Amino acid sequence: MPLTPVDTLETESAEREYVWTLNFGPQHPATHTTLRLVLTLDGEKVLNAVPYIGYLHSGFEKLGEHLDFNQYVTIVDRMNYLSPLANEIAWHHAVEKLLGIELTPRCRYLRTILAELMRMHDHLLNLGTTALDLGGFTAFLYFFQQREHIYDIVELASGQRFHTSYTRVGGVLFDVNTDWVNRVRKFVREFPRVYEEVDRLLTKNRIFVDRTKGIGYLSREDAINFSAAGPVARASGVERDLRRDEPYLAYADLDFDVVCSKGGDCYARYLVRMQELLESLKIIEQAVENIPGGPVNIGVETDMVLPAKPAVYRSIEGLIQHFEVIMPNRGYDVPREQVYAATESPNGELGFYIVGNAETRAYRARTRPPSFIHFSMFPHLIRNHQLSDVVAVLGSINIIAAELDR
Amino acid sequence: MVELSVLQERFGSGITEHVFRDNRRVDVPAAVLFDVLSGLKTDFGFSVLIDLTAVDWLEYEGATDRFTVVYLLLNMDSGERLTVQTALNLPNPTLTSVYSLWKAADWMEREVFDMFGITFTGHPDLRRILMPEEFDAFPLRKDYPLKGRGERHNFPVITRSGS
Repeated sequence: MPLTPVDTLETESAEREYVWTLNFGPQHPATHTTLRLVLTLDGEKVLNAVPYIGYLHSGFEKLGEHLDFNQYVTIVDRMNYLSPLANEIAWHHAVEKLLGIELTPRCRYLRTILAELMRMHDHLLNLGTTALDLGGFTAFLYFFQQREHIYDIVELASGQRFHTSYTRVGGVLFDVNTDWVNRVRKFVREFPRVYEEVDRLLTKNRIFVDRTKGIGYLSREDAINFSAAGPVARASGVERDLRRDEPYLAYADLDFDVVCSKGGDCYARYLVRMQELLESLKIIEQAVENIPGGPVNIGVETDMVLPAKPAVYRSIEGLIQHFEVIMPNRGYDVPREQVYAATESPNGELGFYIVGNAETRAYRARTRPPSFIHFSMFPHLIRNHQLSDVVAVLGSINIIAAELDR
Repeated sequence: MVELSVLQERFGSGITEHVFRDNRRVDVPAAVLFDVLSGLKTDFGFSVLIDLTAVDWLEYEGATDRFTVVYLLLNMDSGERLTVQTALNLPNPTLTSVYSLWKAADWMEREVFDMFGITFTGHPDLRRILMPEEFDAFPLRKDYPLKGRGERHNFPVITRSGS
């Protein structure tokens, strides 16, 4: 018996015979890392998306229970690898809250500059690859060249370009010198020119705007209900920025604006990130001109930081202090308490929930990963969009699979 | 700020408070947990579930309960943070899902289930999220060794001839 038009209208769209399933990932250029989506499609319209994650799960939180506060920094580096230093700063921010450490002014400013450089580092790649996925190759190259300069700055400070492991409990690995400050100044001076170029390439680009405007809409209520944070939430009109609302490091001394938008779509997220680049530049400019002098680490009498190398090699007291920090059976007092502390990472609120157990490693080191929380709303964002919008939405919420799976 | 006395009056005297640095935490019996969370959300403005996680206290000196499940809440308007914690024990650690209050709890609860084996009743789709479906242990429990129990060596591999 032939079907009448009424029958076809009544069947649920997901049960229609012509609905097909597409496996997107785990290895796909537009996912940038390993994540998998199973898309239910009606023609090119996405009816449903089911994410499968865990391909990069490597037990970071379990490792955090077996490595001490300084060793684990090498692991948190590898979470959001677009902005490794931001993770390190967040981790030691939480550890220092547990231990009750007050950082030196110089260290606070230094970490602030590095955190903002990392925000730019992250946004530059995100904006570049968003354009790349939507077919604009030039912007990607322009921004990647700027990331190269940030790599150089970070290398000059820490000796590593990528996984820096630069922060330590109560300070950083090495102090910076005038060369470094001049390098940052040069970057601050030269960046706006490239920014202008990319701004001209993308912001009013007809193709780019058509591909992103009205795509992946997230309302303010949903952003709050899904616990979105960072640029994703701010693009939906949530006025929250931990740098302003819960000032840490040197942010209370510095002047900057919190960038928000009411758009809630991919284009709004693009605009917020673009504007945040300029705000970060503003913060770096102020901080780098005002770096206080004095020591970068807290005092060695706390037994938490390594003494200076000349003291270790030339005096018995220095050698003993070095030993006190290095030997696993020595250590310092750690409160048997639980603490949660968060920083505004480039991707949103990156927090650590630490349980202390009277030893220099965490009993439990929980990460609040922004990518994990943002990716959980992906099915909500993509529903009833076109297949080609999948990459636009994925790019705009900046999913880093290493942080997603930990 | 939510006063402890207000919470105790409304949800029973089993609620205790603990303050460490700027973190304020209330310990709530599992039986009233959902009511407390739902009350905090609707009447006290804690509109954001920042994070949901668990801790295994097996090797912690002086701990009385095996697990605690931790809810980190945020009041978006006042910026106040509050940690709500509840204790659970084997053999059947179960809580009511808060998916009906916060959609963000979907994946967070799945992760706690995957890592600790704590189940949430009323969760729409409680599957493993990070570990493969075939995995039968809970890796973040303290009695699970760091190097695993050989799952990696014995993992089924599809060979070219066998496929």
